[in-house]
Amino acid sequence: MSGRERVLGRVRRALADVPRDERPYEEVIARDYLREHGQRTPAKTADLLARNLADYRALVHRCAPGEVAATIAGLLAARGARTVLVPAGLDPAWLAESGAERVEDRAESTPGELDLVDSVVTGCAVAIAETGTLVLDGSAGQGRRRVTLVPDHHICVVRVPDQVVASVPLALPRLDPARPLTWISGPSATSDIELSRVEGVHGPRTLEVVLAGAE
Amino acid sequence: MSGTYLGMPAFPEAARTAVRDATLRGNLRHATHTIRAKRAAAVAEVSDWAALREAGRRIKDHTLRHLDRYLEQVEASVTAAGGIVHWAADADEANRIVARLVRETGESEVVKVKSMATQETGLNEALAEEGIRAYETDLAELIVQLGRDRPSHILVPAIHRNRGEIRDVFRAEMGAWGRPAPEGLTDTPAQLAEAARLHLREKFLRAKVGVSGANFVVAETGTLVVVESEGNGRMCLTLPETLISVVGIEKVVPTWRDLEVFLQTLPRSSTAERMNPYTSMWTGTTEGDGPRVFHLVLLDNGRTDTLADEVGRQALRCIRCSACLNVCPVYERAGGHAYGSVYPGPIGAILSPQLRGTGSAVDASLPYASSLCGACYEVCPVAIDIPEVLVHLRERVVQGGPAVRGGNRVVLRPARGHAAERAAMRAARWAFARPGVLRTGQRLASRTRRFHPRTLPGPGRAWSATRDLPPVPAEPFRDWWRRTGGGADETKGAAR
Repeated sequence: MSGRERVLGRVRRALADVPRDERPYEEVIARDYLREHGQRTPAKTADLLARNLADYRALVHRCAPGEVAATIAGLLAARGARTVLVPAGLDPAWLAESGAERVEDRAESTPGELDLVDSVVTGCAVAIAETGTLVLDGSAGQGRRRVTLVPDHHICVVRVPDQVVASVPLALPRLDPARPLTWISGPSATSDIELSRVEGVHGPRTLEVVLAGAE
Repeated sequence: MSGTYLGMPAFPEAARTAVRDATLRGNLRHATHTIRAKRAAAVAEVSDWAALREAGRRIKDHTLRHLDRYLEQVEASVTAAGGIVHWAADADEANRIVARLVRETGESEVVKVKSMATQETGLNEALAEEGIRAYETDLAELIVQLGRDRPSHILVPAIHRNRGEIRDVFRAEMGAWGRPAPEGLTDTPAQLAEAARLHLREKFLRAKVGVSGANFVVAETGTLVVVESEGNGRMCLTLPETLISVVGIEKVVPTWRDLEVFLQTLPRSSTAERMNPYTSMWTGTTEGDGPRVFHLVLLDNGRTDTLADEVGRQALRCIRCSACLNVCPVYERAGGHAYGSVYPGPIGAILSPQLRGTGSAVDASLPYASSLCGACYEVCPVAIDIPEVLVHLRERVVQGGPAVRGGNRVVLRPARGHAAERAAMRAARWAFARPGVLRTGQRLASRTRRFHPRTLPGPGRAWSATRDLPPVPAEPFRDWWRRTGGGADETKGAAR
């Protein structure tokens, strides 16, 4: 007997007590919880996002839509970044004012090569205010998962307010599960030493978020 | 489950040694108290916690009650997305499958994401026998692996180690596994984390095979979810060419939407964060991004035996947050090693004896490793009534009865150690069924009360070693009732 038949057979025998006409999934799962916690204007939601990102040690910068290029150029210069990784499909205007050397992410780039790049700039798919979370889905301007992982400095641009949602329940319908998704809440961290949080382990140790939109 | 724990002493003996270790108790007390207050604050932030908890309970229960259907759906959706699904009835089968898949890549080393399922199957040891080196990459797992130690906590396997001990392990052992610890390494957590970053970096960058577990598998989409903090998970899930995920069959949730519940309850319950730093979700393989080959190994290893128990099956709702460990007064004092399993604490006390059966001394003792205070139930984000299952398992240990082991129906024999207790209970039942006998016995007890010992002799000594014997009244209740007319006339002279 194959492992499959054995496991499924055991499951069915174990569930002999479950009536065949049990109520279906839709009826059983009461969703009495909230879609979002509290009512906020889009501006207040953006404020909450900024606060929660900062609470987990992301560096938050707010600017008008027309100031993204200048903001990014300033951040790269302040970091002393000489090279910046550019994922496919990134808005070229965002890097127009930076003097850092652009490194295109190519399919054949090895992890070792990515490790030599100083910074990476990406957009995101959605940002969640209540949890201070950015979600990247690998579409244009967000890159393969590795580009936001190996370099030590990640700058992520969020378009405010259209990319910002209040809560996790409001974020999921905006995401396509068929895409590889990375949820990022602050720079990498660990609680493994005496259950105290320390920032900076394997992922980028510095996460800067540019909230681009009218104040 | 893993052979690592064969021959473990029963919980009371192991705990007795552990509570004498002042360093261990200090480490545990510090860590559990730190996280307790933080978890409470993180949970208090969401006003609908009770509703989220109830939804989580129902989603998991529903899935378990129709698990065959959902497992077939997982198989179909993962396969459609380009993954390859394998089924493992037990630990050996899972380890054999993984070893074969690694051998087929021609590689002799793998990088691992922290995974309870592969701890449970003893995968690292099994791979080592095949000449394959498995590198743990989670910081706490690394500390355990380098220190040739055993994990003592679900979330923070090195919780029993303080920063000074961790520094010593890094200094002494890192060199043998790869890049040695930096010169002059101190015990500040930031420096220790940096040492781990440097040590593991070269392994991540050259890795060709990654091994992981998963926190959730979504049946309708075939999506796997790994929740983590450090980024080691992302490294293992995205840089290698081949990814092998070993996942317990109870990790399934029906729909994409169900994640909205658990992604709110899991981080707050485990690390007391609004959201953990990194969550990875992948569905099969993606052209040009991440591993080109993806294997999913669905693991039973005692889960179907647990599922067959109508009371005990709720343990399979567990999402491995470890909140129950952090609040448990027994865990705080005895530590994780005393539980003799990769699953310590309250959830371990109900999971291990169900996954492994109650045949060994340690597994038969685990249902008793609790004061039944109920703190674990209160914090559980999927509302597992751990005290209820503990009592149920105690009953099984003492009385025996029908159960399922390895997919087969068996009748368990009553445990031998409880013969005296059973004899006492039989005697009590006999006496309570005979009013005359009971009356005579009670009167005799009252008259001889001055001569009663303060502890029981013989097999009863263990019971009275930690308890006071109840004082016997001068007059049995029923005599008092008859004499005073139910308390109406207390003035009637006392019998003696």
